[in-house]
Amino acid sequence: MSHLQPVPSGDPSPESSGVAALAGLLRRSARGDEQAFAELYDATSARVHGLVLRVVRDPAQSEEVTQEVFLQIWRTAARFDESKGSALAWMMTLAHRRAVDRVRAAEAVNRQDTTYHQSTHVVSHDSTAEAAEHSMEARRVRAALAELTPVQREALELAYFGGYTHTEVATMLDLPVGTAKTRIRDGLIRLRDAMGVGQ
Amino acid sequence: MSAHEIHALSGAYAVDALDDLERARFETHLAACAECQAEVAGLQDTTLLLAGLSDTAPAPELRAKILADIKTVRPLPPVLARITPPRQRRWTNLVAAAAVLGVIGGGTAIWQNTHQPTSSTPSNVQADRIMQAADVQLFNAKVGQNASASLFRSKEIGKAVIVTRDMTAAPSGRVYELWLRDKTGSLRPAGLMTGRGNAEVVLTGDAVDATGAAVSVEPAGGSKSPTTSPIAIFDFKQST
Repeated sequence: MSHLQPVPSGDPSPESSGVAALAGLLRRSARGDEQAFAELYDATSARVHGLVLRVVRDPAQSEEVTQEVFLQIWRTAARFDESKGSALAWMMTLAHRRAVDRVRAAEAVNRQDTTYHQSTHVVSHDSTAEAAEHSMEARRVRAALAELTPVQREALELAYFGGYTHTEVATMLDLPVGTAKTRIRDGLIRLRDAMGVGQ
Repeated sequence: MSAHEIHALSGAYAVDALDDLERARFETHLAACAECQAEVAGLQDTTLLLAGLSDTAPAPELRAKILADIKTVRPLPPVLARITPPRQRRWTNLVAAAAVLGVIGGGTAIWQNTHQPTSSTPSNVQADRIMQAADVQLFNAKVGQNASASLFRSKEIGKAVIVTRDMTAAPSGRVYELWLRDKTGSLRPAGLMTGRGNAEVVLTGDAVDATGAAVSVEPAGGSKSPTTSPIAIFDFKQST
């Protein structure tokens, strides 16, 4: 996690808790330490919930998903393996997968009901991102995103924040079938290199 | 789908933009492709940057709710890692001790363990062909509380392959036996596996007319019909 920048004290973001600290809290949680889990929750709940809310959008459903995510973290903390990546990466991957599963399941149920479908897609999330607006890293990420081609950026955002499959993204962006996955990958690689991830 | 096309799914995989079938195919590929493992890890770390753009604290009540919930939930034990070189440890739960199924003489299935899936064995070649077939169908099932299995069937090839994840080894003196359910509803033996960790096994027998598949725990050597209730059942009418 060498890409994480030092942040001013008082910042409630997970970075300020230290990467090693999160892994330690996770390991103690695996042993049933509820106090450690509470600290883990305090350090990461805004990040987890923020992502879930951005994907799921409906606030009530998002809280359910966030609750499920933390219960899953508690239940499966022993499965976290530091050799596979950071604690935060493990938690966020789990949260994203769960949020995407929720929107896709809801979509399957509501496929016939277009009124519901459309109404769930017009809720604005812009105000929810305010908290992160001031973070130095968020500004750097936004700047790096702005360097992507418009198609790379849109494809990446529709996939990651929208929870759409690459095939759906291709249709939404009028791309030939099979090219959205390439745009997503290109965009991520460009972002990775611009931010120096893994270096 | 060619190897090159599979590689190209790494980005979509990192942002969960694959459908279930593509995800299962890609994870099977990932288990044996060090290049993709490294790339996916880097791309997943990159998605963290995106996740950091939307921090929003949940309602304060949620904290108390979750902390009350965990009191009633027992944390699972760790998956005991096999001893593997550091390079492979990153994907310990994917890099399987692949069970390679062979058939000798009168339908007697034997199998042997290799420490890593190698794409050169006839069984893996056939497994790949099934998973990449144009008409492939995917069925998922839970195996016990923690393990899961995906079953791929191609009617064109006439075969099915099971891919297991996080299985515990069969108790000593026992094996996992695979079954194909025929039209009459009876289960026909379709091979054996030890099941430790992750495995990829082509089911013996014709999968074209099968209506389902199952896994049960049987005495070493297997049984002619299940002697215990199946621990996993795949219903071929419910394709995903």
